[in-house]
Amino acid sequence: MDFTLDKKHEMARSLFRDFAQNEVKPLAQEIDEEERFPRETIEKMAKYGLMGITVPREYGGQGCDELTYVLCMEEIAKVCGTTAVALSAHTSLCIDPIMTFGTEAQKQKYIPKLAKGEWLGAFGLTEPGAGTDAQGQQTKAVLDGDEWVLNGSKCFITNGKEADVYIIIAVTGTVEKRGRKQKEISAFIVEKGTPGFTFGTKEKKMGIRGSATYELIFQDCRIPKDNILGAKGKGFGIAMHTLDGGRIGIATQALGLAEGALDLTVAYTKERKQFGRSIAQFQNTQFQLANLKTECDAAQLLVYKAACAKDAAGFSPASTYSVEAAEAKLFAAETAMDVTTKCVQLHGGYGYIREYDVERMMRDAKITEIYEGTAEVMRMVISANLLK
Amino acid sequence: MKIIVCIKQVPDTAGGVKFKPDGTLDRAAMLAIMNPDDKAGLEAALRIKDETGAEVTVLTMGLPKATDVLREAIAMGADKGVLLTDRRLGGADTWATSSTIAAGIRKLGDYDLIITGRQAIDGDTAQVGPQIAEHLGIPVISYAQAIKVNEAEKTVEVERQFDDRYHVLKAKMPCLITALSELNTPRYMTPAGIWDAVDAEITTYNRDDLTTLKDEDCGLAGSPTKIAKASDKVRKGAGTLFKDIDADAGAAVICEELAKKHYI
Repeated sequence: MDFTLDKKHEMARSLFRDFAQNEVKPLAQEIDEEERFPRETIEKMAKYGLMGITVPREYGGQGCDELTYVLCMEEIAKVCGTTAVALSAHTSLCIDPIMTFGTEAQKQKYIPKLAKGEWLGAFGLTEPGAGTDAQGQQTKAVLDGDEWVLNGSKCFITNGKEADVYIIIAVTGTVEKRGRKQKEISAFIVEKGTPGFTFGTKEKKMGIRGSATYELIFQDCRIPKDNILGAKGKGFGIAMHTLDGGRIGIATQALGLAEGALDLTVAYTKERKQFGRSIAQFQNTQFQLANLKTECDAAQLLVYKAACAKDAAGFSPASTYSVEAAEAKLFAAETAMDVTTKCVQLHGGYGYIREYDVERMMRDAKITEIYEGTAEVMRMVISANLLK
Repeated sequence: MKIIVCIKQVPDTAGGVKFKPDGTLDRAAMLAIMNPDDKAGLEAALRIKDETGAEVTVLTMGLPKATDVLREAIAMGADKGVLLTDRRLGGADTWATSSTIAAGIRKLGDYDLIITGRQAIDGDTAQVGPQIAEHLGIPVISYAQAIKVNEAEKTVEVERQFDDRYHVLKAKMPCLITALSELNTPRYMTPAGIWDAVDAEITTYNRDDLTTLKDEDCGLAGSPTKIAKASDKVRKGAGTLFKDIDADAGAAVICEELAKKHYI
């Protein structure tokens, strides 16, 4: 077991660090203040292949592995949680399910444009009444001739309105399981601009304020029959599998936020003087920093381990890394919340001022304990595996 | 069209210069980067490649560790990397370095254009580029702030920078151009480029491969210059000049700067 990055990953990290520092960081505060989607950053990321890191080259991607993608997410999240989640939803929640469950025709149609960043991707599972209880779907898809007709709505959708391609989960009928009637759930690919597909309210959020979070509305939205993703009735499994990958992305976002806040705090405590010396010279500061660094490093190991587990699986429909992903997300998200909160505290009054990045990072961190499966759901996944 | 770009791995002076007790540079204590002027030269070559499909070869002389900058250049888009390395080539001054690099270029064979950086941030001599051209007997245009290639005419048109103006010079290819970091903003590597670069084969030439290189022109023995002592220049910050502002605005600026440093 070797805990050092190999040459490829080490070089990739230096690329992502330079890119994040030069191209992403300068906009982080502005897009948060203005609640503006960083379209210009996405275009730059597209130019350098960052929107298709894990996609094989034959589909227009970079042909790198999950760990490379995770390193990219980590460096970007260190400076901007908003930009990181746009990349995560695009890669983990849209490209991944199409690569894993799509037909060759679907892959050929969607993946090259997504991988090159010409199109942005999104994923719609959550509904007003279906959060953690994802089976409580109300959105329906009915086959009418050669078309599926979608009706219903999705809420809290990341990259909403900005994205061009949406993976949508909907009910396609009922099935009997162990004598009980259950919803039959399927997954679909829906393109922006399809008649009957519109956007509702843009959510005003506590953090990741530059991220476009929208309600999606389907009113007699007709999509081609072939736009079903995977087999009919397999949508719930597709959604859960997709979220396993998504959780690695969010775990990395959380990790980056924690590390970014800690970097700023280390610099600040060395500079800030009280009682005639830098606050880094006080033992309370030193012990706090030691704890935070240890938490970050532990989270990083779990995240890299989950990324390597996903690499080993490739784009396979079998879910072999659910527990690793859940552990990484649980620990990294709670680390992000703890570290950023303490970093604000170490900044004192300045930490509460919006001009200081740690203030934004603390607001950004909270969502990582909630979306793509709450910390409680992560505990359910981990314990279910223990007690099976 | 074939372009050779000479690049050098240098210690990053951005974080301060560190010396060993004997007064020589402590390279191990400093981050190694691609020399900024060389990187601009590489970017210029890659832009010519984007337009004309030229083949770009990067060449460096140094320790085996210098392959890092060759791989970085390949990850940015260069086609091939060549390393000149041998303990017998060590301790070279600009004369021995340029003689060695010229011998490496002769070994590579035909080329239309050679681009080097103006100078390296560790030695700051600005001599190696022009000396290579002298050894090869080709024209040199230094301090390029803009480069235009005319493939049909086999010429280059270069804006050569001066303090307050620039000259436009045209030269027949093959020729050598030394590039300024102001020439352009170098592109980033790409993830796929990195993966290819790490697997790429680097051509390595040792002393014996450089058949046109004379013993009296290489290594420490072939270096007429001897460094007696090196020291860091104490630099005074350039400061920031705020022009045409009244006292109130001036006070606001000062307060803002002091607040940034947490003095107030």
